[in-house]
Amino acid sequence: MISIDKLCRKFGSIVAIDGVSFDVGKGEVLGFLGPNGAGKSTLMKMLACFLKPDSGTATVCGHDILENPVEVRKSIGYLAENVPLYNEMTVGDFLNFVCDARGIKRNNRKQALDRIVPMCSIESVYHQTIETLSKGYKRRVGLAQTLIHDPDVLILDEPTDGLDPNQKHEVRGLINQMSKDKCIIVSTHILEEVDAVCSRAIIISKGKIQVDSTPEKLKAEYKCGLDEIFRKITRTKVV
Amino acid sequence: MHSFYAVFKRELRSYFTTPVAYVFLVVFLFFSGYLTFKQGFFEIRQADMQVFFMNMPLLFVFLVPAVSMRLWSDERRIGSIELLLTLPITIIQAVLGKFFAAWLFLVIALALTFPMVITVSFLGDPDAGLIIMGYLGSVLMAGGFLAVGCFFSAVSKNQVISFVLSVVACAILIYIGMPTTLNYLSTFLPAGLVSAIGGMSLQSHFESIQKGVLEFNDISYFILLIIGWIAACSFMLDERKTS
Repeated sequence: MISIDKLCRKFGSIVAIDGVSFDVGKGEVLGFLGPNGAGKSTLMKMLACFLKPDSGTATVCGHDILENPVEVRKSIGYLAENVPLYNEMTVGDFLNFVCDARGIKRNNRKQALDRIVPMCSIESVYHQTIETLSKGYKRRVGLAQTLIHDPDVLILDEPTDGLDPNQKHEVRGLINQMSKDKCIIVSTHILEEVDAVCSRAIIISKGKIQVDSTPEKLKAEYKCGLDEIFRKITRTKVV
Repeated sequence: MHSFYAVFKRELRSYFTTPVAYVFLVVFLFFSGYLTFKQGFFEIRQADMQVFFMNMPLLFVFLVPAVSMRLWSDERRIGSIELLLTLPITIIQAVLGKFFAAWLFLVIALALTFPMVITVSFLGDPDAGLIIMGYLGSVLMAGGFLAVGCFFSAVSKNQVISFVLSVVACAILIYIGMPTTLNYLSTFLPAGLVSAIGGMSLQSHFESIQKGVLEFNDISYFILLIIGWIAACSFMLDERKTS
């Protein structure tokens, strides 16, 4: 469902993504790992058509990110790293705005809201202004925004960052629950998360793919925990 | 179309859910009334709104940038532009949505000056055509300034910088057409160039509409002004959205 072909992106003299290619299919949960500044967010922003690549391209659900960005955005749900929201709106108004923008109308909207609000456990704050919410709730509202149109492809940039252990567990449960019929890319540097939700792991460092494997295979190959594998790969390859 | 409407609706509501709208309306309505009476509305002894409309350019130079400054600089500062532009919305839809929301807000502000119309009608028998044209000119001028402000709010993440740059740009559009400026320019520029510069001024087009004559070149001046700055704004955003 996602096919990335030699994507490159520079910021000034810094190469953020350097010729990355891979495919992700339906039912896969891809864990996207790498140290800070490895290019994870940059790649995700390019897939969400927010950032234009310098060269290379990608297709999402058959739509090219350069030629047909609006169709791509229709088929993905994207949760940005710092979960930008409109702080002066209430949760309800905000979700209605997202429905407006995505063209979800009347009955469909009611169904979507009835489904998403309990799913993300935001019933209790539905009428509250977003700026008064705690970090965990803001992230859940962000997640609700991402899932409201039931997209085929999910791109989640550090979805559990800043959540308490219970909330982390809930979000992972949510990802597992949806994983069967969607294609999900999750970036994280919490390695236990990869074990908990991902069917495949890609480690990138300095803009290049270092490892593309499954968590089980990696553990069998290196005969140690993911933490240690991560350190070995990113450190030795960087130095 | 629904994407445009979504942005439009959200933006218009956000004026009224934050204190921006109320502060703006109070200041605008107070000064538009105060300046009119201060500058001899009664002394002229004419039942028209010329004095009222005469002050509009000066008020709008400061107040329209106050409305437009947050349009894009806020989105970029908070990062919500990443949310907005990863929804199925194109940049041009988003720019137009915000622009028309802000414009409608200014039209509402102008509409709330209706007591002035009632006052004039009560005191005498004013020319309705002139009043309508005065309002039309004011609406078009607000749109022109707003397009300028829209562009400068896309330039900087800092609202104050956006505000100051817009005020300067709007003031230039007004003052370039003042007789004093043109007299000064004519001391060292050829006459053809001076009249061309005068023609670029917003003031002269506003005044000519206000006199009650709706000419094609005045209307097209405002339309071109708006389209030009809006296009520049979209271009600027596309370049700068991620920085």
